[in-house]
Formats: sequence, structure tokens, C-alpha cells
Amino acid sequence: MSVSAEPQAAPPVQEHAGEHRDYAGAKLGMWLFIFSELILFGGLFVAYGMYRSMHAHEFHKASGELNLTLGVINTLVLLTSSLTMVLSIVAIRLQRKLQSMFFLAGTMLLGTVFLVNKFFEWMAKFHHGIYPGSEHMMARPPGERLFFGLYFGMTGLHGLHVTIGVVLMSVMLVFLARDRIRHDDFIKLENTGLYWHLVDVIWIFLLPLFYLAA
Amino acid sequence: MSHITQQKAEAPHIVGYATFVKVWIALVLLTGLLVGLSVTHRPNLALLGLLVITPTKASLVLFYFMHLKYESAALKYMVTAAIAALIIFIGLTFSDFLFR
Repeated sequence: MSVSAEPQAAPPVQEHAGEHRDYAGAKLGMWLFIFSELILFGGLFVAYGMYRSMHAHEFHKASGELNLTLGVINTLVLLTSSLTMVLSIVAIRLQRKLQSMFFLAGTMLLGTVFLVNKFFEWMAKFHHGIYPGSEHMMARPPGERLFFGLYFGMTGLHGLHVTIGVVLMSVMLVFLARDRIRHDDFIKLENTGLYWHLVDVIWIFLLPLFYLAA
Repeated sequence: MSHITQQKAEAPHIVGYATFVKVWIALVLLTGLLVGLSVTHRPNLALLGLLVITPTKASLVLFYFMHLKYESAALKYMVTAAIAALIIFIGLTFSDFLFR
């Protein structure tokens, strides 16, 4: 009699047993980090604004030496990478794992293209003796030295963020492949996306300040 | 189990691919307009681009790509407060710098 008794209904979700997930907390933490990044870059934008108001003509002249075409191409590259990033998140939510990995790999590729463009842009400047502390720079007016100092400092810090973003995405790609990011647990990918879009937002402001200031 | 159910209840509907592609097209067009205005060599138009088009682009990324449009009111207030604080810092610094 007792053998034929129906067992109690087992919990339907066994795979998540004992796993604690705080979706809202994880996202809030990422946003708090983004606020600190806003303050970091905000301070640099203030420095730019002040020095520009002190040396308006020299900033105008130095900005004309930057490669506008390369700046605009990199903007389009980064905007497109933001699109592929967000599509990767939509895909995993729709349980399309391969598509999600494809979009994420595309985002990494575009991030790398951005860095390669930046490398050639900086190399061209170095070739012309334009780098902080060079003899050529020290002979130029203070306003132009400040412009290029801010240019290398701010695009360099931004480039560091792009590099970190690409490394983060490579980790997320492995997580996707190993099903550690799933349609019902994708906060890691979502937070990586938030970081990547922040990098995009910062570049949106860098473009007019440096490349379009002429 | 209960926290998983709660998570699912809190999760908003999935926004489709099309919405984000439209936002991307808008961002590309706005970039074109921004660059177009700056090469006209009219400082007023270039300033308009910097003060209007650039924040519009940033807002599109913030609201759609960063999903803020679909987040809770609490998170929206937090982001608003953070950006307002940044604008106040920048405003105060400049008011001191320009009128001293």
C-alpha cells in the first residue's frame, strides 16, 4: 500500500536549487559604477571646457589637425557595436544562443576595429612629433599643448575602457557557450552591455569636443 | 523558487530587434547632421549641434540601448539625480570660472 502511494510533487525547478540571484541588486550595482564613471569623465570635460574658454583660438586651430574622417568612422563603428550588443541580449532572451554569440562576437570585432583605427590615428600624430612632452609640442603655444594633452588623455582613457570592454565580452562569450548565461539568467551579459553603452555615450561627447571643434 | 517567480514578474516584455535598429538609424542620421552642421563653419549652428544633438544622441543610447525606458521609476530617479548632480557641478564650476 505504502509503495504505491503517490510521492509528493517534486519542485519543478531543480536546476536553480540553492542558487541565489538578485537581478535588481546586480543591475543597481552596475548603475552605481556607471555614476562613478560619469563623475570621472565629467571632471575631464570640465577641464576641457575651462582650458578651451581660456585658449579658444588655439583649441580651434589644433582641432583642425585631427583626422575628422577617422573620428566619424570610429563613431559609426561604436554606434553599430552598441546595436549588436543590445541585439545579443535580445537574442539570448529569445533563447537564440548561437545568434546571441554571433552578435556578441560582432560587437567584439567592432570594438577591436575601433582600437585599430585609434592606433593608426595616434601613430600618425606621433610620426608628426605630436605627443605629450615632445620637442615639437613644447615649441607650440600653451593652448595647443593643452588641447593635445587633453586629446591623448581623454581618448586614451576612453580607449582603455574599450579594451576592458572587449576583454569583458570575451569572458561573456565563454559564459554564453557554457550556458552560464541563459535566457532566464542574463544579468552578466546585460551589465556588460550597460558598460559598453557607457563607453559609447562617452565617445558621443568626445567626437564634437575634439574632432568638430574646428 | 519564490524569488525566481518574482524576477520573472518584474522582468518587462522583450523589446524586439526592430526597435533597436530604428534607434541605430536615428543615431547615424543625427551623427550625419552633427558633422554636417559643424562643417558649415557657422559657429552658432555648430554650438546648436553640441548642445542639442549630442545630448539627444546620448539620451537615445541611455533610454533604449541601456534599457532605461523600461526600468523601474526608482532607477529612473537615480539616473536623473546623478546626471543632475553632474550638471550642477559643471554649472557651479563654470559660473565661478567665467564670472570671477
